[in-house]
Amino acid sequence: MSKVLMKGNEAIGEAAIRAGCLNYFAYPITPQSEVAEYLSHRMPEVNGVFLQGESEVAVGYMIFGAAACGARVMTTSSSPGISLMSEALSYIACAQCPAVFVNIMRGGPGLGGILPSQGDYFQATKGGGHGDYRLLVLAPASVQEAVEMVMMAFPLAEKYRNPVMIMGDGLIGQMMEPVFFPDHLKTEQLNTDSWATSGMKIRGSNTRNLVKSLYLDPIQLNNHNLHLKAKYDRMKVEEIRFEPYNIESDYKVLIVSYGTMSRVCRTAIDNLKAEGLEVGMIRPQTLFPFPEATIRDAASKESCQTVISIEMSMGQMVEDVERSVRGRKPVEWYGKCGGEVPTPEEIMEVVHSFVKSARKEQN
Amino acid sequence: MGKTFHKPEALSDQPTHYCPGCTHGVIHRLVAEVIDELGIRDRTVGIAPVGCAVMAYNYFTCDFQEAAHGRAPAMATGMKRVRPDLMVFTYQGDGDLASIGMGEIVHAANRGEKFTTIFVNNAVYGMTGGQMAPTTMPNQRTTTSPFGRNVAEVGMPIKVAELLAALQTPAYITRQTVIKPKYILKAKKAIRKAFEYQQEGKCFSLVEVVSTCPTNWGMTPLEAVNWAETTMLPYYPLGDLKTPESVNGGTDAK
Repeated sequence: MSKVLMKGNEAIGEAAIRAGCLNYFAYPITPQSEVAEYLSHRMPEVNGVFLQGESEVAVGYMIFGAAACGARVMTTSSSPGISLMSEALSYIACAQCPAVFVNIMRGGPGLGGILPSQGDYFQATKGGGHGDYRLLVLAPASVQEAVEMVMMAFPLAEKYRNPVMIMGDGLIGQMMEPVFFPDHLKTEQLNTDSWATSGMKIRGSNTRNLVKSLYLDPIQLNNHNLHLKAKYDRMKVEEIRFEPYNIESDYKVLIVSYGTMSRVCRTAIDNLKAEGLEVGMIRPQTLFPFPEATIRDAASKESCQTVISIEMSMGQMVEDVERSVRGRKPVEWYGKCGGEVPTPEEIMEVVHSFVKSARKEQN
Repeated sequence: MGKTFHKPEALSDQPTHYCPGCTHGVIHRLVAEVIDELGIRDRTVGIAPVGCAVMAYNYFTCDFQEAAHGRAPAMATGMKRVRPDLMVFTYQGDGDLASIGMGEIVHAANRGEKFTTIFVNNAVYGMTGGQMAPTTMPNQRTTTSPFGRNVAEVGMPIKVAELLAALQTPAYITRQTVIKPKYILKAKKAIRKAFEYQQEGKCFSLVEVVSTCPTNWGMTPLEAVNWAETTMLPYYPLGDLKTPESVNGGTDAK
């Protein structure tokens, strides 16, 4: 199949179907409503399930109920909606059901705005709901990558029996880009017989399955949390994904940036290179697990004077960058939110100013 | 002579944790008998609420899910939509269904989701220790209405069956009780009918069961049964409020 020009939100919907997800529940919210609009006519074509729930709270549990009986299932929403779904995310993670949640982020807090933002980094990576749970968080930087990550998300969710979140800022959802859908995208679904409430008859089993999150016995609950932690630790070993840029140069500055913001940084890095200033970048593709060791190693390079976390938020990922760098180099932050996307010129200026202040400190 | 009375296959051997005089045990048994009679245990999934019945899955032998507080109808919706071949029932109390889960039950009923809800109304929050529920009777004392439910402040108790029966979508909505033997057979018939409607893919079905909570009412089991009969039943009258046959249209509305 050749490339088609497609809006990010619609491409995400199409990618889900091609990944073999024929069950979709959602509630309208800007800037992701096009996913629901697209799937409302596309799901019937493939005999899939489309349902508009009465609230994001209810949708979270429709996803839980469907996932618990072994169905491949997805929802999409935007920041305030994800807050409401976070209760369900905590339950789903505890009950160990695979599901895919897409957050096309808008500005917050509160109603905030409807323009692109990356303000939900903490919510996604540190747990928006209660208790010790983690989501595997994928952050696409283009429509093409959003498609690939949707495809990847379902097998990952099934591998870990854990919700996977795709974090796109509003631009990823709203922008149109050429996108290529490979022919054979449908990934094999893992067998769910050992745990899903799919009906004993269907499984040909005499033992019933139970999907639950209540452990009144403290020892049992501790053990369950240890089991969950082991899965999250395994993600840190097996699932870290990132993209380096200009990292073979003797860069003075290392940028850490993700999603749409990283594309603006790329342009700035190219321009700075033409001016004679080398800047490297690590773009985390997984926000959890976070590429800590890669960032630490990149920051440790002798030429590197400063690390800057550039995000469309008031400084959230920067805390993980600091944690990764472990004091080896100074870590700075630059960002804007509310739908203001920094321009390449702005980024260049920011890099220059940090280089200048680093030089001052040296002298 | 063979065995004439036995435990339903859909019930486990585990003794329940319910208090003396509580009617959950009777209702569990009726549901289990219906599951046995219809021969559907191997394709039935129950959904436990948050409340006294949170561990109902310990007493049933079919597949079970455990919902968050009030969200069982949303989970049942998700399940039934992706697996219409499963028989799905939610088992919810009045705090769970009529308070925190009111949004979910109204919309599931209005969409005509093809699952069955067993709604146990005992006029208090049981598990958390007898606080006032939306179904608590006027002047009834609870741990959060120590002077009695003041309807001027918190309104009248919600009649869930009547409220849901007002929706235009076809459904089977009935109110029963199990507080005395004479009511139990009728209640079982209603539960069976509710599951049959689901089996036929006909409509959403809800059986409200007026129930007792001697522990939190501060009564003996006998006093509780009598109080339920003389105080609750006049306000929560028994019988079918709606059957799918009683609704005209709904599907061909212009």
